[in-house]
Amino acid sequence: MADPNAENLLKTALYDLHVELGAKMVPFAGYAMPVQYPLGVKGEHLHTRAKAGLFDVSHMGQVRLIGEHRVAELEKLVPGDIALLKPGRTRYSAFTNDDGTILDDLMITNAGESLFLVINAACKDDDIVHMRANLDNGVELLELTDRSLMALQGPEAANVLARFAPEVATMKFMSFGEIDIAGIPCFVTRSGYTGEDGYEISVPDSDADKLARLLLAEDEVEAIGLGARDSLRLEAGLCLYGNDIDTTTTPVEGDLNWIINKRRREEGGFLGADIILDQLANGADRKRVGIKPEGKAPAREHTAVLDQDGNEIGEITSGGFGPTVDAPIAMGYVAIEFAQPGTKVDLMVRGKARPAEIVALPFAPHRYFRG
Amino acid sequence: MAKKFSKEHEWLEIDGDVATVGITDHAQQALGDIVYVELPEIGKKLSKDGDAAVVESVKAASDVYAPVDGEVVEANEELDANPALVNESPENDGWFFKIKLSDASQLDDLMDEAGYKAFVEGLED
Repeated sequence: MADPNAENLLKTALYDLHVELGAKMVPFAGYAMPVQYPLGVKGEHLHTRAKAGLFDVSHMGQVRLIGEHRVAELEKLVPGDIALLKPGRTRYSAFTNDDGTILDDLMITNAGESLFLVINAACKDDDIVHMRANLDNGVELLELTDRSLMALQGPEAANVLARFAPEVATMKFMSFGEIDIAGIPCFVTRSGYTGEDGYEISVPDSDADKLARLLLAEDEVEAIGLGARDSLRLEAGLCLYGNDIDTTTTPVEGDLNWIINKRRREEGGFLGADIILDQLANGADRKRVGIKPEGKAPAREHTAVLDQDGNEIGEITSGGFGPTVDAPIAMGYVAIEFAQPGTKVDLMVRGKARPAEIVALPFAPHRYFRG
Repeated sequence: MAKKFSKEHEWLEIDGDVATVGITDHAQQALGDIVYVELPEIGKKLSKDGDAAVVESVKAASDVYAPVDGEVVEANEELDANPALVNESPENDGWFFKIKLSDASQLDDLMDEAGYKAFVEGLED
């Protein structure tokens, strides 16, 4: 097993703080990251749903695209309508490839003079190579390697952050602002990946520790690790790249049709558009769905999904225990004829078929601030 | 009654030819919040170091091995309703199963409490 303290692992600007807080550090996408703090995964999860959790997501990549043709050039690589995105607005999207499958999922913000992108840690090097190879017409890519990223998530997140920057209180879900928090120049988006209201905050590395300590000093805020981040996003029905979506899945199979806007459906013009638009018109053979095991036994990733006759019809891609719903939860892919909520299936857990049901996502309702 | 420990972090409390088996406090701390325990069926014959039970934490499933050969004579049904008992009382109420020993001499391979404590401290260095 890799040693999380090994010198070849990268450290975020908050590494020393994590260790000081008693975090259990693990290797993740080349970084030493906190998987949990002394509160424990379940406690951290429930705290985030009840109050506010602070996550270090500095391992993720932050990139700026500048140049007059940045929108049209990026639209070659993603199926979202980026031209429609007004300054100060953020959108979830995905890099597709020629096969119509997903290279990475990402957040795209119109930051006025630039597009601000947040990409996954494990994919960021490949994403940057991909963008540099495909973005023409004078578009320049700047890696923001001197900035940290933290997420403040939960029903108290807005109250807490507004103590340091009152203007964040009125920001709507998926909006962006360059805002000073306690005098620190930050990029703030009202977004996150837990299903809760909250913010992602890009902060200069030199001020990251100071800002994290300021937020953690508030009564409502606890530090939250990757373990609870995973259970929170699974309850919220959100895809984890590498598990639920990857280069074997298309956005249509991944139930992400909503990221492909009307104009792009009509015009195409992104990698893999022929395959994706054909699936949009004619349907895909399989689909990502929510799966609720009956009983208490969780079913983990790669668990086979069977129909009532024992035929394999799919596979779980994320599975575990949802502390908020207090039950095992999962999502995965099933053949399209079994994708309807209410369909009874079996899950092959440790050689035994166990009953489960296809259900609508999310498991825990989203509580985004729509204004 | 003597208590013994395995290197796989199981404990056994021996009463005649029956041993009560669970996982140690060290093991439950390492696993974190336990949400499900799959127990062996009564009558099942277990072999030393073979799979006996599965304990699932919020994050992952972990195997529990049989520390000795024998036949399962009782399983702790309380854990179905309240798997968190393993966290709360790992070496008492959170026991997993009782096994009828088929070879009591295997107990000699296991550690006593002081030996296990030293073993765990060695792991942490």
